[in-house]
Amino acid sequence: MNEKKEPILRAENISITFGGLKALDRVSLEINPGEIMAIIGPNGAGKTTMLNIINGFYKPDEGRIIFEGKERPKKMKPNLIAAQGIARTFQNLALFTGMSTLGNIMVGRTMLMHSNIFSQALYWRFSQKEEIEHRAAVERIIDFLQIENIRRTPASMLPYGLRKRVELARALAAEPKLLLLDEPMAGMNLEEKEDIARFVLDANEELGYTIALIEHDMGVVMDICDRIVVLDFGEKIAEGTPDEIKADPKVIKAYLGEAGG
Amino acid sequence: MFYRECGNYKDTYAKDMAIFPIPLDRYGFIVMLILALIVIPLIATDYWISSIMIPFYCFALSAFGLNILAGYAGQISIGHAAFMAVGAYASLILYGRYGIPLLPSILGGGIVSAAVGTFFGLPALRIKGFYLAISTLASQFIIQWVIVHWRWVSGGVFGTVEAPDMQIFGWALDTPVRKYYLALCIMILLITIGKNLVRGQLGRNWMAIRDMDYAAEIIGVNLYRDKLIAFAVSTFYAGIAGSLITFCYYGAANIEEFHVMVSFALIGMIIIGGLGTILGSFLGAGFFVLLPIAINQSLGAFMDVVPSDILSNIEAIIFGGLIVLFLIVEPYGMARLWHTIKDKMRLWPFPY
Ligand SMILES: Nc1ncnc2c1ncn2[C@@H]1O[C@H](COP(=O)(O)OP(=O)(O)OP(=O)(O)O)[C@@H](O)[C@H]1O
Ligand SMILES: [Mg+2]
Repeated sequence: MNEKKEPILRAENISITFGGLKALDRVSLEINPGEIMAIIGPNGAGKTTMLNIINGFYKPDEGRIIFEGKERPKKMKPNLIAAQGIARTFQNLALFTGMSTLGNIMVGRTMLMHSNIFSQALYWRFSQKEEIEHRAAVERIIDFLQIENIRRTPASMLPYGLRKRVELARALAAEPKLLLLDEPMAGMNLEEKEDIARFVLDANEELGYTIALIEHDMGVVMDICDRIVVLDFGEKIAEGTPDEIKADPKVIKAYLGEAGG
Repeated sequence: MFYRECGNYKDTYAKDMAIFPIPLDRYGFIVMLILALIVIPLIATDYWISSIMIPFYCFALSAFGLNILAGYAGQISIGHAAFMAVGAYASLILYGRYGIPLLPSILGGGIVSAAVGTFFGLPALRIKGFYLAISTLASQFIIQWVIVHWRWVSGGVFGTVEAPDMQIFGWALDTPVRKYYLALCIMILLITIGKNLVRGQLGRNWMAIRDMDYAAEIIGVNLYRDKLIAFAVSTFYAGIAGSLITFCYYGAANIEEFHVMVSFALIGMIIIGGLGTILGSFLGAGFFVLLPIAINQSLGAFMDVVPSDILSNIEAIIFGGLIVLFLIVEPYGMARLWHTIKDKMRLWPFPY
């Protein structure tokens, strides 16, 4: 990848303050089409906050977001941002616990379904055809993530690792242009982590998704990511390929500082 | 051993997504349909048909409407009886004063109620939980007040509008059985439509909002739109139910029939019956419509020994006690109880 492509998303000088605490201080970053980018940094560095701003859950105090070359209006609602093609998973699980796995993933397709209320009420041809089409697409995702056997299980009864997987499925179901994953492997054992890492790689390489993820496990990050952005106390302290990051004295200091303190 | 989900493979998504994917549920439904459409009209007395079955259907319909709002979309309304009143008055005025045919008048009652309901649903865009509950309680009193004081609506006589004789295409709906069929057919139609809605994309969006509204929004669910649609659909059902019960049972729209106690009873129905289930709406309505009558009948034996005012207090106490008892035994409602029984049946005779 030598020729420089236009980034799919550019965040410029993003700042946000929570009651005096500067969670992000003029952070800029870019996400290029087709890459897996990682945001890393110690606890409380502002990683989740950055994702929350990218998908419109928080509005930055300063700075701007440019998605696919267009600047995002200041008060754009999160569902419209989702409709532009940004999907995400949450660090603290956010499944719809009253619904089955299938139901959860089907909600992920809500923006792709267009039959109106009257057509749905009568389950007319268009609505029925649409429902079946999308069900088939969801089944492909279920297949891809190997969760066939929990299709009908209520989300509230799933173990932690599978919940994370269903969230990933729900985000994939939206067929986003940009997929944001907030610690998709946190709290998993080695085997589960390897599974998720493979899914993320496959989603990127086979399905062509652009992915930005937050992850604490450096081994995984170094293995699967093309580029890394490092945050510390709300500031961007480094950016580069895994090899560059590994050798960066500032990064080493930030992490050693954390381990020391 | 006969109730099975497995061993019952679907080879297409269309079959898997049918209304009743499990045959036994389908048969059960058909049996209920035959009972309601054929057996009850044949064997039940006029009293049973007019004073028990018709109110039962109407309240089941209204409870289902409230269930769409509360059980599926996770919003609350403590003023649902008022929307039944809106539907009742609107349809009676359309039919009696403007001579619009019966079915369009009933539909009109639902539409007016939905419009009013959407308006009173606007606070739900900003608030939820207890705050929303209080604001919908206000809708009950505002609507009541407007109906009583707006002479054009209520005619000024204690807020009562008489229901004129009913006709469909010149055919008089003058016997209890005919009124029964009117209520039943509309109820079945609307429940079918409602079932399609709650199992479709809109229903999934509602449940997503109920379970975790911010995640729903981030996935792309339009919170404002879908919450308002929930209010519209829910109050549409209330309006139709109010219109039907007035035409087919009360015979006159009277605001006293749509008091706040009725709103509370509707909430009781969906909690006792089961939130977010269609079956629960029926079971809950049955509990609230049929049980007091059953208690009343069984206490009838004491009529000579106990003064009647005390007797009616005892009835209320027994009914209240049963509600409490029931919620202790099965906090998730009768529909859940039924599912537990089904789970047992699925494994029977090997309970492990
Ligand atoms: N909604 C909020 N209100 C107040 N403070 C917040 C809010 N969201 C984040 N913060 C604060 O902003 C800082 C950055 O939080 P953030 O969740 O982005 O960290 P993180 O890098 O994701 O950390 P972790 O690795 O623990 O997930 C923290 O100090 C946090 O307490
Ligand atoms: Mg975080």
